[in-house]
Amino acid sequence: MAVISRGFFGRRREENPDLPPGQYLTEDFPVLSAGPTPVVDTADWGFTIETESGLVTTWTWEQLKALPIEDIHTDIHCVTRWSKFGTSWRGVSLDTLFKDIDTTNEYVMAHSYGGYTTNMPLADLLGGKAWIAFEFDGKDLEPEHGGPARLLIPHLYFWKSAKWIRGLRMHSRDDPGFWEQNGYHIYGDPWLEQRYW
Amino acid sequence: MSGVWKVGVVTETHTETASARSILITIPDWPGNIAGQHVDVRLTAPDGYTAVRSYSLASAGSAPQVQLAVDKLPDGEVSPYLVDELRAGDELELRGPLGGWFVWRPTDTAPVQLIGGGSGIVPLMAMIRSHQDSGSTVPFRLLYSVRTPEDVFFVDELRALGASPTIDITFVYTRQAPVDWPVLPGRVNRDAMEASTFAASDAPSVFVCGPTGFVETVADILVELGHNPNTVKTERFGGK
Repeated sequence: MAVISRGFFGRRREENPDLPPGQYLTEDFPVLSAGPTPVVDTADWGFTIETESGLVTTWTWEQLKALPIEDIHTDIHCVTRWSKFGTSWRGVSLDTLFKDIDTTNEYVMAHSYGGYTTNMPLADLLGGKAWIAFEFDGKDLEPEHGGPARLLIPHLYFWKSAKWIRGLRMHSRDDPGFWEQNGYHIYGDPWLEQRYW
Repeated sequence: MSGVWKVGVVTETHTETASARSILITIPDWPGNIAGQHVDVRLTAPDGYTAVRSYSLASAGSAPQVQLAVDKLPDGEVSPYLVDELRAGDELELRGPLGGWFVWRPTDTAPVQLIGGGSGIVPLMAMIRSHQDSGSTVPFRLLYSVRTPEDVFFVDELRALGASPTIDITFVYTRQAPVDWPVLPGRVNRDAMEASTFAASDAPSVFVCGPTGFVETVADILVELGHNPNTVKTERFGGK
């Protein structure tokens, strides 16, 4: 039984079916990062997928940009409770990147420049649900938002959309990444409010 | 478990600045918290509508009483209620403690550099109190950036800590300094940080908390000054 807060009536009363439970809308684009923003030059940038056989597939910046680029319009939801509707991104689908990858492992650990990690099932990266994004709102992605490139998995809380992405490694188990070891949920579905352990 | 809502009772409130106040809440089944952790606060309207926001705790330890210090956001939904409406005797629902990254434990042995901007002092204050309460002799330094002297949170407590041999406190005033202050008001810059914070060679643990722009600036300078990025923990609030 919830405690009624004396004198509280709330402001944002409209029921919005696009807003997951416990979220509020923002026009801002807040920043959540655990440490300093890494500086990554696209000349030195590389993206890799490493499978259980030890095989590493690498894309340079030019190779990534030469792949089919998609326009993505999506809502995003941060575990710290803000949601932002109708964001515009450009990037390469993970379906494209995984096309020739041979793996039977079902889980992925994303690794970032700066050491950040986050985990997810492979199924959440495929089927038109996830991208390596390098443009936001018509401009190159800014470093504090993950530039030059970040993972974009908008159907999960946004900490899964690893900034400064440098690679994915296949795992046989759903091992926890950085925030998943520090209090956040192993999967992070905003519609189920999977925020914390 | 952190996932369960707990009911606390507000015991006291204190004005911190023109737009902020601290709130003391007694929670009978509070499990205690580590310095730097936060809580979710849930408000419920008579028709069942709820709003939840996260706030850092200014307190640490095992006592069933916790302290929040909340700055009112002009267009906020929850913070104006907490700052202007809530009063002693009211019940408040909380969930936590939450977060296991931006924390300091009394068993930690590295020197500690705290850098706070505005209400970003709150989790750093929990670390200072935990340090003082535990008798830890690890050296602490605090660099605290505020707009004016009237914007300092915990002003009496910080002034009293001026006598402590284990913490060194430096204020930076960005808009208006006290009358006899030796430097002009201005934002935290590389010179100020070199003059008053631990050097990279001291291998400190660094905690930076404040508005996004402040944290970005400070964290970039720390990396320029040679600090290992893995020793710099940040907590940001607000957009850019």
